[in-house]
Amino acid sequence: MMNLLWLIPTFPLAGFLILCATEGKLPKVVTACIGAGSVGLSAIAATLVGWEFVTSDSTSYSQVLWTWMVVGDFNVSISLYLDYLALVMVGVITGVGFLIHLYATGYMWDEEGYSRFFAYMNLFVFAMLLLVLGDSLLLLFLGWEGVGLCSYLLIGFFHTDPANGYAARKAFVVTRVGDTALILGLFLLFREVGTLDIQQSLDGARDIWPDGSVMNTAIALLLLGGAIGKSAQVPLQTWLPDAMAGPTPVSALIHAATMVTAGVYLIARMQDLYLLSETATLCVAVVGLVTLFIASFTALVQSDIKRVLAFSTMSQIGYMFFALGVGAWSAAIFHLMTHAFFKALLFLASGSVILALHHEQDMHKMGGLWRKLPIPFWSMLIGSAALAALPFTSGFVSKDAILLTAAHSETLGMTFWSIAVAAAFMTSLYTVRMMYLTFFGETKTEPHDKSKANMWLPLLVLSVLSIGGGWLGFTVLGTLFGDKGVPFELHLKELVAIATMCVPLLGVLVGYLLFATNVFDRRKISDSAPGKAVGRFWFVGWGFDKIYDSLIVNPFRWLARVNKSDAVDYLYRFTTLVARIFHNLLTVSQNGRLRWYALTMFSGLLFVLIVVALI
Amino acid sequence: MNVALLIGLLLTAGLVAWSSERFHKSLPNWVALVSFLIATIWIVFVWLNGPSEGGTYADQSYEWIPRFGISLTLRVDGLSLMLIGLTTLLGAVAVVSSWTETQTRQGFFQFNILWVMAGVVGVFSAFDLFLFFFFWEVMLIPMYFLIAIWGHEDKAYASMKFFLFTQISGLLMLVAIVALVWVHYDIHGIITFDYDTLLETELDSSVARLLMLGFFIAFITKLPSVPVHTWLPDAHTQAPTAGSVILAGILLKTGAYGLIRFVITLFPEASQEFWVYGMGLGVISILYGGYMAYSQSDFKRLVAYSSIAHMGFVLVGVYSFNELGIQGAIVTMIAHGFSTAALFMMAGALQERLHTREMSKMGGLWVRAPRMGAVTMFFVIASVGMPGLGNFIGEFLVLLGAFQKNVLLTVLAALGIVVAAVYGLSLMQRSFQGTPNPDVPEMKDFAFREMSVMVVLMVGLVWVGIYPQHVLGMTDAILPLLGVVP
Repeated sequence: MMNLLWLIPTFPLAGFLILCATEGKLPKVVTACIGAGSVGLSAIAATLVGWEFVTSDSTSYSQVLWTWMVVGDFNVSISLYLDYLALVMVGVITGVGFLIHLYATGYMWDEEGYSRFFAYMNLFVFAMLLLVLGDSLLLLFLGWEGVGLCSYLLIGFFHTDPANGYAARKAFVVTRVGDTALILGLFLLFREVGTLDIQQSLDGARDIWPDGSVMNTAIALLLLGGAIGKSAQVPLQTWLPDAMAGPTPVSALIHAATMVTAGVYLIARMQDLYLLSETATLCVAVVGLVTLFIASFTALVQSDIKRVLAFSTMSQIGYMFFALGVGAWSAAIFHLMTHAFFKALLFLASGSVILALHHEQDMHKMGGLWRKLPIPFWSMLIGSAALAALPFTSGFVSKDAILLTAAHSETLGMTFWSIAVAAAFMTSLYTVRMMYLTFFGETKTEPHDKSKANMWLPLLVLSVLSIGGGWLGFTVLGTLFGDKGVPFELHLKELVAIATMCVPLLGVLVGYLLFATNVFDRRKISDSAPGKAVGRFWFVGWGFDKIYDSLIVNPFRWLARVNKSDAVDYLYRFTTLVARIFHNLLTVSQNGRLRWYALTMFSGLLFVLIVVALI
Repeated sequence: MNVALLIGLLLTAGLVAWSSERFHKSLPNWVALVSFLIATIWIVFVWLNGPSEGGTYADQSYEWIPRFGISLTLRVDGLSLMLIGLTTLLGAVAVVSSWTETQTRQGFFQFNILWVMAGVVGVFSAFDLFLFFFFWEVMLIPMYFLIAIWGHEDKAYASMKFFLFTQISGLLMLVAIVALVWVHYDIHGIITFDYDTLLETELDSSVARLLMLGFFIAFITKLPSVPVHTWLPDAHTQAPTAGSVILAGILLKTGAYGLIRFVITLFPEASQEFWVYGMGLGVISILYGGYMAYSQSDFKRLVAYSSIAHMGFVLVGVYSFNELGIQGAIVTMIAHGFSTAALFMMAGALQERLHTREMSKMGGLWVRAPRMGAVTMFFVIASVGMPGLGNFIGEFLVLLGAFQKNVLLTVLAALGIVVAAVYGLSLMQRSFQGTPNPDVPEMKDFAFREMSVMVVLMVGLVWVGIYPQHVLGMTDAILPLLGVVP
């Protein structure tokens, strides 16, 4: 059964090819069946393969499909590699992916380009599967760029609006900056270790640098650069909020559940490289910490519901990076999984709200919807509880695992822990704000709920997973990294453990008092001059966009404008100009007048005679 | 395989096409198309049959001017065969792409196309330096006519510029060839232009450096590399579609081919010493070409500048002086041939429909012609270097090879990947995406004729992208000659 591994990515690829070849001429129902069905088949294949894998004794399985390229010592094959880490990722991609596809069959029903949408989505799933199943870093890179391409295509899906096109290009170019770092990391790795095969290169790294080295750190940092771009971490995070221009299922699948977590996967996959370098690990932790901190404040002041979720995603991935950095490897992947459940749920539920309000995304124009849209409301409530890490949800289990490991890590443990916990407080705060503005208070826009079974069923399943997904962690994920990661059972400092558990609850309480009651007058704070300034600063995501625009984008545009006609060409144009001037001068001398010719002949003769005489 | 026969076929077909115009207006098109297809199929068969024991697919030699040691030596090894195959295939593409564009003197038009291609096949198979130079000139003149007669509004200026650049740099090469032969005569007392014999010439390092420069300048002008690139945007923009397809798809590759076949083999030491300039010019071309591409508002000019950037990768690869870099350069040549030919064909199709190349007059065309939009998207992302498509393999191998040679230059070249994304996506945005331009209420989408060509090119790129072994395997044989592998 395990040799069916290749089928998992093949189904979505086939779906993509069929939808491309038929050019959108198929009936919508058929398109929906192909689009969602291909991912469903892939999920079934994944289940079969996964079951076989879990019940067998092996810890990895690889399948060589064909030789990609051989140049001298450089040898890469197209081959798939399955271990527990890949299995978790495949499960998330095909499982959550299928649910989102199913939801999208309803969500996109009235939109132009139904077939094109599913073609892109299927291609995305294919690329994402290659990313996590790739045996070599080059195949991983293929998937990596492929998902980036699909992200670009889907953000700009409604391509007649130039703003969407801008957001799409921004996403592609900014992540490409990270990708360039990643590919340089591959070059360096190949030069030092001589292979791009993941397992071989990790073995090689352990052999060559048993105690770590500058080279090892450099490679790890370059790979981190790629991960930062893809996972929207500081300083390459600016593309993610704009990426919300894409249809909501896209945000759920690509910009919450799967692609943006690719960076986490990459670092987890290359674990040994990071274990060998304390500097690199510290960098991972700091990047995550800074991002989770900044993003959680930014989320607090957004008015677009999808942007709140975007910043929240950024912040949650920050937690995953943080976890990787402090050595909580299993917890990071665990949080990746639970986050995929509850964030996909939040996005899809918000999508239902948005659809019911005729594509209204501004939370200030929502309100009072909880009775009118019960299914989205309850789904979103569950998702929010998990996001805020309230007890008995999956988010609680995974986030606590991260925070407690952080508290126990040797260096800077408590400092890191306190920043992360402060951000957890903020998470609760912005979640309550989002829920309150959307579902409570007075109704500002009348909703028209159009959702059918294909849309509420995924919400139901994801709700169950958002609560119960935590149990999966104890059964499957404990063995993920063998004995290399930090085990789950911790000897807790009790105070820390209680604090970690209570801070989110405190956040909810404060949020309730702040937004739903008049106990505190929040207007007083937000309308004061410093309050306004800080609010604006947070609203624009701490001004990163502005810095990049004035330092890079605008100078480049200016340079492009001034040199449109190519300065180098002036050199040649000057040459022709000189030639032409002489040409004109000589033409003037041929005027057909005999006197003139006689005169020039005479003066020429005179000139020659003088020269001769002088010599 | 009989290369002389192949060249003869193309030359004769040119004459036939020219005279067939009097019978029917579209007969020349058919003559040209059929002869390119025959040639392509022929080459596929030769390829499938495999090389002879010496590793060559053809080896012919006839006396021409024995007094000066000039002979008609035609030889085809793996590299040559692949490039000749690309030539005949893109010949067919060029003919199809100009099927309805040319309305005047079709016979003479197809004659020129066929003769350019005959010249190119000669360039790729000549193993006698005089013969090589002869073919080098043969491909120049018909190309000049193609631009000067069927070009667009500024054709006189563009064709003259193209001619002068090529001619002057060609002159340098001729001087270098004659000097090389002279030096050889000085030592051995034999006048010969034979490639294999001249390969053995022992040169003073200063002489070698000078002669190498003569060849080098000729080839990087053709490639082209910054700073001798400025003929290309004009020539491309003004040329008819078939002309641009041939120019970008094939003629630029003769420059790259020359670097590999002549510069680094005839003058190995001098070239090795020169690597930093070669690679540096490549990096400058990548960055400057990409940056200039972004600056353009003319669809065709943008693609033209992107060619300069891509050819920069070839230069970087060749001057890495290792197997990875040179193989990467060769794959880039093939993949760029496919992707850029398609983009120029798209530019031609747009001009035929909209009578403009200015992107400010386009916008939102995807809505009008979704097939053209999707096809353009495919080739844009190919040229942006998406893994799974041919261009990526080439550029990746080039950079991987260059990294072994010099880290700093490789990092700069890798920045070209980001720049490529910037100009590539901006091309897409300004032409096919965005608000549909109300001045273009409708536009005819691609039909069977155009789609069939595009599909062939797409399949080609995917093929090179996921199984480049066919391309890489073809050129294994040449590597020992280059001194990069023992």
